[in-house]
Amino acid sequence: MAAHLSYGRVNLNVLREAVRRELREFLDKCAGSKAIVWDEYLTGPFGLIAQYSLLKEHEVEKMFTLKGSRLPAADVKNIIFFVRPRLELMDIIAENVLSEDRRSPARDFHILFVPRRSLLCEQRLKDQGVLGSFIHREEYSLDLIPFDGDLLSMESESAFKECYLENDQTSLYHAAKGLMTLQALYGTIPQIFGKGECARQVANVMIRMKREFPGSQNSIFPVFDTLLLLDRNVDLLTPLATQLTYEGLIDEIYGIQNSYVKLPPEKFASKKQGESGKELPMEAKKLQLNSAEELYAEIRDKNFNAVGSVLSKKAKIISAAFEERHNAKTVGEIKQFVSQLPHMQAARGSLANHTSIAELIKDVTTSEDFFDKLTVEQEFMSGIDTDKVNNYIEDCIAQKHPLIKILRLVCLQSVCNSGLKQKVLDYYKREILQTYGYEHMLTLNNLEQAGLLRPQAGGRNNYPTIRKTLRLWMDDVNEQNPNDISYVYSGYAPLSVRLAQLLARPGWRSIEEVLKMLPGPHFEERQQLPAGLQKRRQQGENRVTLVFFLGGVTYAEIAALRFLSQMEDGGTEYVIATTKLMNGTSWIESLMEKPF
Amino acid sequence: MNRTKVDEEEYWHSSKFKAFTFDDDDDDELSQLKESKRAVNSLRDIVDDDDDDLERVSWSGEPVGSISWSIKETASSGGPTLEGREPLKTRNSLSSYPPLPKPASSYSLSSFFKGRSRIGSFQSLSDALSDVPPKNYAPELRRPKGEYKDYSSDWSLSDTVRRLQKGKVCSLERFRSLQDKLQLLEEAVSIHDGNVITAVLIFLKRTLSKEILFRELEVRQVALRHLIHFLKEIGDQKMLLDLFRYLDRTEELALSQYQEHLSIQDPEKRKEFLKSCIGLPFSVEDAAHVQDHYTLLERQIIIEVNDRHLESSGQTEIFRKHPRKASILNMPLVTTLFYSCFYHYTEPEGTFSSPINLKKTFKIPDKQYVLTALAARAKLRAWQDVDALFTTKNWLGYTKKRAPIGFHRVVEILHKNTAPVQVLQEYIRLVEDVDTKLNLATKFKCHDVVIETYRDLKDRQQLLAYRCKVDKASAEEEKIDSILSSTQIRWKN
Repeated sequence: MAAHLSYGRVNLNVLREAVRRELREFLDKCAGSKAIVWDEYLTGPFGLIAQYSLLKEHEVEKMFTLKGSRLPAADVKNIIFFVRPRLELMDIIAENVLSEDRRSPARDFHILFVPRRSLLCEQRLKDQGVLGSFIHREEYSLDLIPFDGDLLSMESESAFKECYLENDQTSLYHAAKGLMTLQALYGTIPQIFGKGECARQVANVMIRMKREFPGSQNSIFPVFDTLLLLDRNVDLLTPLATQLTYEGLIDEIYGIQNSYVKLPPEKFASKKQGESGKELPMEAKKLQLNSAEELYAEIRDKNFNAVGSVLSKKAKIISAAFEERHNAKTVGEIKQFVSQLPHMQAARGSLANHTSIAELIKDVTTSEDFFDKLTVEQEFMSGIDTDKVNNYIEDCIAQKHPLIKILRLVCLQSVCNSGLKQKVLDYYKREILQTYGYEHMLTLNNLEQAGLLRPQAGGRNNYPTIRKTLRLWMDDVNEQNPNDISYVYSGYAPLSVRLAQLLARPGWRSIEEVLKMLPGPHFEERQQLPAGLQKRRQQGENRVTLVFFLGGVTYAEIAALRFLSQMEDGGTEYVIATTKLMNGTSWIESLMEKPF
Repeated sequence: MNRTKVDEEEYWHSSKFKAFTFDDDDDDELSQLKESKRAVNSLRDIVDDDDDDLERVSWSGEPVGSISWSIKETASSGGPTLEGREPLKTRNSLSSYPPLPKPASSYSLSSFFKGRSRIGSFQSLSDALSDVPPKNYAPELRRPKGEYKDYSSDWSLSDTVRRLQKGKVCSLERFRSLQDKLQLLEEAVSIHDGNVITAVLIFLKRTLSKEILFRELEVRQVALRHLIHFLKEIGDQKMLLDLFRYLDRTEELALSQYQEHLSIQDPEKRKEFLKSCIGLPFSVEDAAHVQDHYTLLERQIIIEVNDRHLESSGQTEIFRKHPRKASILNMPLVTTLFYSCFYHYTEPEGTFSSPINLKKTFKIPDKQYVLTALAARAKLRAWQDVDALFTTKNWLGYTKKRAPIGFHRVVEILHKNTAPVQVLQEYIRLVEDVDTKLNLATKFKCHDVVIETYRDLKDRQQLLAYRCKVDKASAEEEKIDSILSSTQIRWKN
């Protein structure tokens, strides 16, 4: 199940084992049979580190979703709440505890906060008069969850909003804690680079933590050479553009949650004999997507235009493999063929799934509207007509396309013009409010605060300079056999990844001027290593850099970093960490003000 | 798929197999297969000796035994009946071959911790790990425990903050003087732990007067931001507004107050609340939007009362024919305009529900107005209204057709509302760009327009080609033939 975590340069299974162990420890603290009541949001992330079998080994007999009123009946000794530290969840827990039937045998209550205990929440439980009912109140520091062999995420959906809108540093503190855990497992990271206010904060907290807990100084040989901390607001542009890699498009269209995607079932109906024409399953088809699936690992990071040819090649290979059975004459040959079958079946199943997904995506990408939208995005990113009201956006508003789509485009235009002219901004705002409702004024204000949609300051547009210096727009992009990271957006090279690339070679000193145009400080820190742990690099051995995106990262950016890792003369391999895996839609959504 | 083939497939699917290895024999003919051999071989790595055995996947893709799957399972069944009970859902499972036998678990980390429920009796790390095979080595993440019992009421400032950081109970009451309290806050801020900062802020909020708290936080920006976030979180709107007022952050104050309207359900109360927002210190643009928001809701309430009455009395034809699907309350402006173009199109400008009145009151641009009116009238198939929308008279009394949105858009909207060909072609003819015109006419099968356009272009080849697309012996074919045989036209090809 988790073997794919150990495929990469850094064995992330070590981290997974460590967090699993901590979970077991907690469960055993509550002796006897137990039922877990889940904050539903947590089941996804927990699914990446543990299965029900693990919980069962520790006498978890029942599991429920956290809901108001009374808890379902369960003949167990312990009831354990697994929750995020949220006030609204505390109210539900209090309701559960208070409506517990006094006649039935008493059950012990416990609460496990993920990833941190919160004094505010405990205060709320106290106000509700139930704090004393809990025997164990603990925290489970699931800060960084391993998603794949080279990918870690905190899955904190509100991190960007908290950091850049509310200036609350709690998630930065968690990020720093997660990094301390990583260092405890994989050795101290000797070099830290960073760009942005939040990056600076995280580095400060890390350094402070190290100073205050000298015990954390460990004797593990460092696996990571460099840590690069990047603020999302250094590159607000990239997530707004439509991702054009296979995995990126799956995420844009269907939304990947905790490495699972739900797809419309029609294309996946198994056409077995007699069943054709019968009722199709109406439930969405759920698939797990990670590098454990060989075919997916091969195509996930490709530009979507290069996926079709791989799939058809694979199809030929697999059908040829199945045809082999006609050549098998002797018993030995037949036996050998038969022994291969389970794996051929798996490969065929995988191919069938991805062919279906590719078909679904193609239906979208070949639509006229997708093409028009992409054209506008690409015009903006290459610097064309960013300073006037765009016809396509206007049309989309008139036809009342989804608001998030409009906001993504308008924000993209604003970012590509270093802010919009006041007249243009006012026009868009007015159109949006009249068509979608005045209450969205609050959302527009949030976007302005976050720097996504704002008036141009001082009439200066820095974007062309940044674009040219960092070569963000490449006209001659090769989607099939890429030679540059710009293939992930069919022309646009993600700014964030360009910064990582330039840091590795030739170093940031070469782009000082541009770095100054981007928000926040850039810095370098060194962490001393004991003499015995200093690395002597073998000839040709790649460096390992951990890139931490504070405020979220897209699949296309991950693809671009993987592309750099695989470059023959690249010299650097990347492991990626983030506060949240996201795309433009989920990002904007997290900034929207909802009725409460 | 014939029957024998199916049987054969079934056989391949249902056989049980051992793990296999490929021989490394060279096979020139099937060099492609080698790739898949490698591929297939590498698949074995997935089914390795992890303690979670080869997963089975239910139709919905939830791995059988995953947490979210199990919640449904254990909640619906009487007890933990997972073992051996294959849920019906897996009938369609992707992997139709049985799971490989689970490798005998060679270790169980849990055994090291069993029976150790007493708090504080932790064995040392090395004790706990001594039996663990090296590959399962997973270092202890937590800091050493054992500070549970040492309670004292006399913690130093930094000790107190440390204890809070570790989530321990700790009374702050002994920090009495303002200076002590502020030092406590500064210490909390310096460790960047939002949880601790909030805890101290709760304490300060309870023990300091507002004025002093605000005054001290004004010079402590980090703590101030945490307080604002905290007040939003607990919904202490009153204190939040007081704080913004104190800090003279007027726009935030206004927006924050305005936001409250979202939680007011009753339309009358919401309207009154919005009215109270009008004077707030918004930016100039936002002030205008809030004013409009109020005016719109005020209108909607009047229209709603009126129309509900009209609808229930059953006297008005339009409401009988097209019952309202939802109330108009709290709908956006453009939706309201659509509604009024749909139900109240012919009303005089003086009424609140007339479209023209809405247009004037909210200064709706021409483009927006025409688009909305067109969509509404087309939906009702009121083609004369549509016609009137684009007809202008000049001072000589001549009529002329003009569309601020471009006639190609008009055509598309009409088509979306299933306008008949006669109506469609009238507007396609008005499209200026010839290519666009031809495209639209072809797409919507307005043969006459296509034929006339090719005639005007003197394009005989295209006309001949189009002749094959129309029905045999139809009026269109006849029309093409008569044009082709005309001697008046000087064809260009």
